Amino acid sequence: MNDFRRDPAFLRGSTQRRLGRRDAFRLAGMSAAGLALAACGVQGKGVAKPTSSAQAQSEVEKYWAGKAKTGHVDFANWPLYMDPKHPELQQFTKQTGITVTYKEVIQDNASWFAKIQPQLAAGQSIGYDLMVVTNGIQFTQLVQLGYLVPLDHSKLPNYTANAGERYKNEAYDPGNVYSVPWASGMTGIAYNPKYVDTPPTSMADLWNPKYKGKVGMMSDSQEIANFGLFALGIDPDKSGPADWEKAAAKLKEQRDSGIVRKYYDQSYVDPLSKGDIWLTMAWSGDIFQKNVSDGTDLKFVIPQEGATIWTDNMMIPKTASSPVDAITLIDFFYDVNVAARLAEYINYVTPVPGAKDVIAADAGKASGDDKKLLEDVAASPLVFPSDADLSKLRSYKVFKDSAEQKQFESTFQAITTS
Amino acid sequence: MNRLRAALTPYALIFPGGLWLAIFFVVPTIVMLSLSLQSGDVVNGFAFTFNWHSYVDGIANFHDQIIRSVLYGLAATVIQIIVGFPVAYWIAFRGGSRKSVYLFLLLLPFLVSFVLRTISWQFFLSDNGLLLGPLKSAGLVPQDFHILATSVAVIGGLAYNFLPFMVLPIYVALERIDPRVLEAAQDLYAGRTQTFLRVVLPLSMPGVFAGVLMTFVPATSDYVNASVLGGTGNTMIGNVIQNQFLVNQDYPTASALSFTLMALLLVGIFVYARALGTDDVLEVAAR
Repeated sequence: MNDFRRDPAFLRGSTQRRLGRRDAFRLAGMSAAGLALAACGVQGKGVAKPTSSAQAQSEVEKYWAGKAKTGHVDFANWPLYMDPKHPELQQFTKQTGITVTYKEVIQDNASWFAKIQPQLAAGQSIGYDLMVVTNGIQFTQLVQLGYLVPLDHSKLPNYTANAGERYKNEAYDPGNVYSVPWASGMTGIAYNPKYVDTPPTSMADLWNPKYKGKVGMMSDSQEIANFGLFALGIDPDKSGPADWEKAAAKLKEQRDSGIVRKYYDQSYVDPLSKGDIWLTMAWSGDIFQKNVSDGTDLKFVIPQEGATIWTDNMMIPKTASSPVDAITLIDFFYDVNVAARLAEYINYVTPVPGAKDVIAADAGKASGDDKKLLEDVAASPLVFPSDADLSKLRSYKVFKDSAEQKQFESTFQAITTS
Repeated sequence: MNRLRAALTPYALIFPGGLWLAIFFVVPTIVMLSLSLQSGDVVNGFAFTFNWHSYVDGIANFHDQIIRSVLYGLAATVIQIIVGFPVAYWIAFRGGSRKSVYLFLLLLPFLVSFVLRTISWQFFLSDNGLLLGPLKSAGLVPQDFHILATSVAVIGGLAYNFLPFMVLPIYVALERIDPRVLEAAQDLYAGRTQTFLRVVLPLSMPGVFAGVLMTFVPATSDYVNASVLGGTGNTMIGNVIQNQFLVNQDYPTASALSFTLMALLLVGIFVYARALGTDDVLEVAAR
C-alpha cells in the first residue's frame, strides 16, 4: 500500500513554507531596502597631492585665473585670537576698502572639521572665505580631500618678506602650498600658585600623587600622546606604535591611580582659576589672556623634558566666494606693525620675527603698566622663543597613513574616554 | 462629497505629523542603519559592505560605558521616583487652589537652558564653591573632598535635569483619581496607609510608568551631565557616540553604537512593560 501521507515529498511540501505571493513581495521589499541601505554611502574624495612644483604652479594658476576682488571677506577664527575691538580689521578696511565679518566660531579642530566637511564635500560654500586650523589630523584631511585653495605666493609679498624662516617651510605643509601661519603656541603645564607651593618643572609633577584628583589633562589624543611620550623621555617625532603603547600605559597608570581629575578641551581655564584643579596641561597664550582679563595669577611653565608646539594656520576653503580679498587679508597680517599689535594682545608666538623690534619701540614710548607689559611681551619666550627654547619643542605626530593614525587615536582615546 | 471629506479627514490630520516623522525620523534611521554597516574613512569615503564588525567592535570596546549608562539611568530614575512622587502627591492632594502656582514653580528652573542649568551645578558643586567652600573652612569635610568628577555628581545631575518629566505624569495620574473612590475606601474601613497602598498607589502606576519612560530613556543616552559634571571613569555611552561622530569621524562605529543603545532601551522598556503587567506600552504611556 502506498500511503501518500508517508511520501517524504508530500511531508516536505506540507511542512515547509512555500513561496507565495506575499513572500515574493516581502523579498522584493527586502532587496529594495537593501539597495536603499547601500545607496547611503558617504563619498570621500581623496586627491593626489601635486608631485612636482611645476604641477603645483599650474594648479595655482588654474584656480586663481579670473578671480576678482569682491570687497568683502568672511573670516572664521578661534576665540581669544584678536582684540575684541578688532583694530587690525578696521585698519585693513581703511587701507583696502574691503570689509570684514569676523566670527569666533572655531572652538576645536575636530568639531569644526565635522561641521564644514559635508558642505565642502558637496561643493557648497561654508560661509567663510578664510579660516584658521591647527596643523594636525584635520589639517591633513583638509589637504588630502582637496578642500583647500593652493595659495598664490605672488599675492603674498609681506609674507615673503617678513615671515620667519621657520614659518616658510613647515613639515605639515611643505612650501606653504595651502596655508600660512596665524600664530603658534605651546602646550605646557599651567598651575595655580595659590595651591601649588613648589613650581612644577617636569612632566613628573603631573604624575605626583601629592596632587591626586587635582591634575587636569587634555582629551585631544595628539596632545596627551606627546605628554605621555615626553614623560618617558621618548622624542614624539621618532616614536612608533611600540612607544605609543608604553606612553598609553604611563597615562593609564596616572588615570587609574586617581591623579587625573578630568580630561579637558579648552574648558580647563576656569577650573584652574577656581581651584578645582591645581595644575594642568595648558596652552601658553590662554593663561596670559586669562590673567590680563580676569586679574588671576596663574603661571605657565615649559617642562624640562620638552613641550608641544603647534601652529594655527590661515587657509582659504575651495568654495570661498572672495578668495582674492581673503588672500589680501592674509598678507595684511604679515605687515610688521600689524603682527606686532596682534602679538601684544594675544601673546602667542608670532610668525613675524621683526615684530619684536616694533614691540620694544612701543614699550619705549609707553609708560607705567603698559610699558612693563610691552617689555614683558618683547622679552617673553612664549612670544619670541629662542632657538634653545625651540629645540625642546616638538610638533604633533605626523602619520604615514590613515591606518597608523587610526591605531594612534584608538590607543590614546581608550584612555580619555573611560 | 461630504462622505469623501469625512473619509479623508483622518489622513489629513495625520499628514503633518506623519511627514515630520518620515523626514526627521525614518529617513535618518535608515541612513544610520546603513552607515553602521559601512566601512571606510572620511578621506577615502565610506562604502556599504555589510560590515557588522562595527557592532562587535563597538560593544567589545565600549561595553563598560554602555553598562555604566544603564546603571546611571536606573539610579537617576529611582531617585526621581523617590523625590518626585511625594512632590506630585502633595501638589495633587494638598495643593488646593494654588496647584497651578506650585506646578509653575516646579517648572520655573526648567525655562533655563539644559546646558546652562548643568553648568550652574558645576559652579555650585565646585571644590571651593558655594557648597563645599564653607564646609571645608568649617572643617566638616576633608580638604581634598570633592563631588564634581564623581558618579554621584553625574547621577545627581541626571536626576535633577529630568525631574519634571517624572513629576508631571505622576501628578496627572493622581489628580485624576476620583475623590469618591477615596471616600469609598474610608467607608470600607481602610486606614490612611491602606487607602494609599491599595487605592492611590495602583491608580498612580500609569503615571509612574510614563514618568520612567520619559526620564530613563533620555537619562541613559545623555552626554551633557557626564561631560560637565563627570571626570575620569564617568564617561557615558552618549559621550562615546558624540566622540566617534565628531572627533574621529568614525561614522560606522558611532551608528552601530547608537543602534545598539536604541535596541537595548527598546528591549528594556518592553520587558519593563511586561513586568508591570501592561500589554500595550504606548497606550499606557499616553493615558
